[in-house]
Amino acid sequence: MSILVDRNSKIVCQGITGNQGSFHTEQCLEYGTKVVAGVTPGRGGEECLGLPVYNTMREAVAETGADVSMIYVPAPFAADAILEAADSGVGLVVCITEGIPVLDMVKVKSALRNYDCRLVGPNCPGVITPDECKIGIMPGFIHKPGRIGVVSRSGTLTYEAVYQTTQNGLGQSTCVGIGGDPVRGMDFIDCLRLFEADEATDGIVMVGEIGGTDEEAAAEFIQSEVSKPVVAYIAGVTAPPGKRMGHAGAIIAGGKGTAEDKYAALEKAGVATVRSPAELGSRMLELLDD
Amino acid sequence: MNLHEYQSKQLFAEYGIPVPEGRPADSPEQAAAAAGELGGKLWVVKAQVHAGGRGKAGGVKLARSVDEVRAYAKDMLGKRLVTHQSGPDGLPVNVVYVEAGSEIDRELYLSMLVDREKKMVSFIASAAGGMDIEQVAADTPEKIFNVAVAPDAGLMDYQARQLAFGLGLDKAQSKQFADLIRRMYRLFLERDASLVEVNPLIVTKGGDVIALDAKINIEENALFRQKKLAELRDPSQEDEMEREAAEHDLNYVSLDGNIACMVNGAGLAMATMDLIKLHGGEPANFLDVGGGATAERVAEAFKLILSNDKVTAILVNIFGGIVRCDLIADGIITAVKEVGVEVPVVVRLEGTNVKKGRQLLKDSGLDIIAAKDLTDAAQKAVAAAEQS
Repeated sequence: MSILVDRNSKIVCQGITGNQGSFHTEQCLEYGTKVVAGVTPGRGGEECLGLPVYNTMREAVAETGADVSMIYVPAPFAADAILEAADSGVGLVVCITEGIPVLDMVKVKSALRNYDCRLVGPNCPGVITPDECKIGIMPGFIHKPGRIGVVSRSGTLTYEAVYQTTQNGLGQSTCVGIGGDPVRGMDFIDCLRLFEADEATDGIVMVGEIGGTDEEAAAEFIQSEVSKPVVAYIAGVTAPPGKRMGHAGAIIAGGKGTAEDKYAALEKAGVATVRSPAELGSRMLELLDD
Repeated sequence: MNLHEYQSKQLFAEYGIPVPEGRPADSPEQAAAAAGELGGKLWVVKAQVHAGGRGKAGGVKLARSVDEVRAYAKDMLGKRLVTHQSGPDGLPVNVVYVEAGSEIDRELYLSMLVDREKKMVSFIASAAGGMDIEQVAADTPEKIFNVAVAPDAGLMDYQARQLAFGLGLDKAQSKQFADLIRRMYRLFLERDASLVEVNPLIVTKGGDVIALDAKINIEENALFRQKKLAELRDPSQEDEMEREAAEHDLNYVSLDGNIACMVNGAGLAMATMDLIKLHGGEPANFLDVGGGATAERVAEAFKLILSNDKVTAILVNIFGGIVRCDLIADGIITAVKEVGVEVPVVVRLEGTNVKKGRQLLKDSGLDIIAAKDLTDAAQKAVAAAEQS
């Protein structure tokens, strides 16, 4: 078992004919992901990486029965692509695109309520269920099928957590990069709920960062709803307030969103926090050995 | 991207939001002429910098004659204004804004931003205007009124009423206020603002509601469709190194310490700073070289962090996912040779082609300290910084 995606997931890539889209689709295919089609408006009827290209998502879904969309469409057009995917009937949209205007995401977030569709991202590495399905830009080879669910706001920090749990033999059930933007699709709570219900997941690694109050909300949720062990790390203890640290969402504003506040909330909820990202894997191993 | 007050007020005026009449000026003579054109007997001369707290820092002066306007403008222009938000070096005053004086009855607070929790555009209002709103929110949260606007419904009348009653406005003022926030909502959406702040919004002795101050931030990610606003960028108000970094697609933030870091990925870059601190050192910067780090970009990154003369050691932390470690190693070797790095460089490489990358560094003959993992890297960087 796993969450969100598995070996049966059928994926359409929106923006497959672009640089990013074709490069990463090729990587996903090499990993064994079932990418079945691409969509680029105006390029319908062509082939890309041996896959059929369609003009619209509706067409692609009707022809291939795809149930997931992976988006590499440039930022100015990405909000449109997300809603086109939702409207096509896929149950999951993974948007890798970085730099989508936040007001576009406010609209998308509101409109998505009308669809039975989950959104991961934008501005994220994607989702992977090791050895089954890789959707996104993460390096596949560091993953290993196993017991740990990983959910993270940061790309390369996800890789750290993954690498450590691979090294110490725990492996991962599914890893979800929820992205570094202030308004995004799935948040920590959505992923925690799925991991809690997933039989293959024995423990959860959560990687947060400064900005917003999602980690605080997750802490409350963990306290009341999560029985599995959770190890958490929050990046940005040394980040100065008022400065955006790379990600659009990683900013301490109005005194809210400091790493210390998040650590305090998580510790109060009984989460095993680590102050060094190097200890994510070892701490989880300790908890599961107990 | 921040706009100056005078630019924000021009945008307000364009949307029919009432503001006092004013003129920007970049010389004392121009300021005096502006006062003459505005007429009246009372003017305000305001230093145009991208920082709050100007009043207390001497950047806002009340003038009762054209000569006073000229004198205040002369005092401010060409100097750096240090406020509690500007940093210790202050920001250069290249423009002053000369404004007709207003007769203030009440000072209110009004702002708009994207509420991250509700994922909607929100208005925040308070009768405690002119003060530090974060302090008001912390001490007396009941004095803050908040409405979030559902994007499909838009700003509703009840929301305007809720804020107007909260602010204690009378019937005529409430009507003006509702009109004002409607226009502001339109501006926010159409111009891709990330923040609009009016502190204070005033009720004049004549009973009119007007924006006495204006602060607008435009979202960087939306500048591709806000070309006219993008032209208003004032580089003199930005950190020089951060600006230079942005030109090379590097994400850089200056900090006060002595250990420079170069990392791929924003989260890992923050985590690297935290690790340095955890092991007793002080990071000199945040630097994300991005996912597609090339040899050229690594070289630019080295140049950038070395232009900070406080730096006594460099920590390079790369988790090669899509980027291959051997390419990164090549970049580091080229950069170290080309730029002439004289401080110790600690490198931690992990990920794709890591063995090849490490071997390249070893064979380069350069004085590079190899680290085997995150903790080792931080410890070695802290030790190296202390010794050099």
